[in-house]
Amino acid sequence: MGYKFSKEEMASIFSKLAVDYDVFAPVVKKGDGTFSDVDVVRYDKVSSLDEIEFEKKSDYSFKEALLPINETIFYFTEDETTVPKGPAKERLVFLRACDLNAVKRLDQIYLKNGFEDFYYKRTREMTKFVLMGCKESCTSGFCVSMGTNTTDEYDLYLKLDGDNAYVEAKDEKLAEAFKSGNEEAVSPDFVSENPTKVTLPKNITPETMKSELFKEYGNRCINCGRCNFVCPTCTCFTMQDIFYKDNEKNGERRRVWASCQVDGYTEIAGGHGFRSDNADRMRFKVMHKIHDFEKRFGYHMCVGCGRCDDVCPEYISYSNLVNCLGKECE
Amino acid sequence: MKNEYIPQLSEIKEVIKHTDLEYTFRMAFDGEVKPGQFFEISIPKYGEAPISVSGIGDGLVDFTIRRVGKVTDEVFENYVGDKLFIRGPYGNGFDINNYKGKEIVIIGGGTGVSPMRGVIQYFAKNPTDAVSTTVIAGFKSPDDVLFKKDFEEWSKTINVIKTVDNAPEEYDGPTGMVTKYIPDLKFQDIKNAVFICVGPPIMIKFTIMEIQKLGVADEQIWTSYERKMCCGLGKCGHCKMDDKYVCLDGPVFNYTEAKELFD
Ligand SMILES: Cc1cc2nc3c(=O)[nH]c(=O)nc-3n(C[C@H](O)[C@H](O)[C@H](O)COP(=O)(O)OP(=O)(O)OC[C@H]3O[C@@H](n4cnc5c(N)ncnc54)[C@H](O)[C@@H]3O)c2cc1C
Ligand code: SF4
Ligand code: SF4
Ligand code: FES
Repeated sequence: MGYKFSKEEMASIFSKLAVDYDVFAPVVKKGDGTFSDVDVVRYDKVSSLDEIEFEKKSDYSFKEALLPINETIFYFTEDETTVPKGPAKERLVFLRACDLNAVKRLDQIYLKNGFEDFYYKRTREMTKFVLMGCKESCTSGFCVSMGTNTTDEYDLYLKLDGDNAYVEAKDEKLAEAFKSGNEEAVSPDFVSENPTKVTLPKNITPETMKSELFKEYGNRCINCGRCNFVCPTCTCFTMQDIFYKDNEKNGERRRVWASCQVDGYTEIAGGHGFRSDNADRMRFKVMHKIHDFEKRFGYHMCVGCGRCDDVCPEYISYSNLVNCLGKECE
Repeated sequence: MKNEYIPQLSEIKEVIKHTDLEYTFRMAFDGEVKPGQFFEISIPKYGEAPISVSGIGDGLVDFTIRRVGKVTDEVFENYVGDKLFIRGPYGNGFDINNYKGKEIVIIGGGTGVSPMRGVIQYFAKNPTDAVSTTVIAGFKSPDDVLFKKDFEEWSKTINVIKTVDNAPEEYDGPTGMVTKYIPDLKFQDIKNAVFICVGPPIMIKFTIMEIQKLGVADEQIWTSYERKMCCGLGKCGHCKMDDKYVCLDGPVFNYTEAKELFD
């Protein structure tokens, strides 16, 4: 059911919701970007509507609301482990169509690839998604090419338009909060065209893996890992044990975001690594996004958000690389 | 819901010292385990290390551990009379049924023998379940040989070739790489042969090349892969090769699959 409100009414309903829920949404952080003195849009907990950045695409994805950059798995003392408590409140996560499609990819790995992940699951079960529409396409995204420009998986759709606000509440409990509004048909804004277009390679063969393109693009990579950290579908982590200074027998085991582009990702005892070459790492990342994941699960991993292209300090364009690969494999 | 990341304390029942750097830890464990599966030996403060099951007994599992770094050092130094945190078992393991009624050749290098030890034990105990069983195991030097007692025991019922790369002059026993002994293998029917081969990547590569010279099809060859692993649960991503997760879909792969896998 859809409702119309004034912006002020919406702001007050939102403030009440933010008491019952932990709300995670994109906000502008001053002078915190890849290139110094540039603002960065990333996720944080908010309590009022005007904190949320509705216009610009977030530089980092929503994924830290479900998968913290570092997450304590357990605390340990000499002979005991204790699991930290899960979220105390339900959470609302604001995101766009590409990112809501990415949630399906996170679920795939964390809930349906072998074992269920205890930590992800308990947060995921407490999470509802609020769709922010896209009136216009961003520049670098290619969601239309990836088929991720639309979605109906949202619990709430929320749109601000001048002095008005519109919602569509699919979740019954959330709908309660909006019953005071004027009923009106509301449907989300989705884009149907992007300036950036990607044609995926059709005939990937073992030869594709040896393409010179990976060398060409990989050679410029400085292994900073940002392309993985901003990606809404990258899910890798590394385990890390730390101990406390005041009592070295106590500490915690954490998992921390990991990147397949960074040194050490494949390294095993004795310093042997399986992908020491940047070309191999580039190939591994790209093939996972547009080939391996699809082979395993039946749909592509990449949702075409374009963030990896935006963030790369070496101006390496993944979408260009995929397009060139597409031409090579025609 | 079970939290797979939480390790359980398990009692160390016995420690068997093979060399200065390689011990077998016999641990209490109740539950189903297959040879070729692995556990995470999980030491709070030091981290986790994936270690293959090298033996399975009543309420017991063996881990044969080579001391190489942070976690394994801690295990060797502080185990005395004690317990270790473990979680598992993980991975697919070997399916004995794939080898029954066959002419089996098991080729291992160093600690690579560990994951296959359960398979060897089975056929040494039940030799008539296979047409024949041959084990070729290679170690760096006589001082590096693992499972010495086992080899004596196994050689009573199955063919055992235990070779060392380098030996002092007075050493009487097979020397040279495992690959040296492959061309001389005799088969009643090569089509009914199966090969299991586990060891360092370079050893696997050359051993399989040698096996293929016998005119063996890829389906007849099995191997087990070691990759970086941070979870064992299909989550951390480190072990991924193409569309496979070594921790879930492996570590044991038939060569038809293994040969397609790209790092
Ligand atoms: C499926 C499998 C089975 C194995 N079976 C055995 C066995 O039966 N006996 C044995 O001695 N060793 C085995 N290994 C290798 C063993 O896991 C490593 O030697 C061990 O992790 C080294 O840990 P460390 O902390 O002592 O060394 P460090 O070098 O200090 O390790 C640093 C970190 O690297 C990671 N790491 C290092 N080497 C490996 C590796 N080979 N695989 C995965 N992660 C690694 C660990 O997560 C560790 O936290 C196996 C590995 C795999 C993947
Ligand atoms: S962001 Fe660019 S430089 Fe950094 S790891 Fe990714 S491709 Fe390499
Ligand atoms: S690979 Fe790049 S474009 Fe695709 S989902 Fe990840 S960050 Fe977005
Ligand atoms: S070890 Fe983590 S995904 Fe395989």
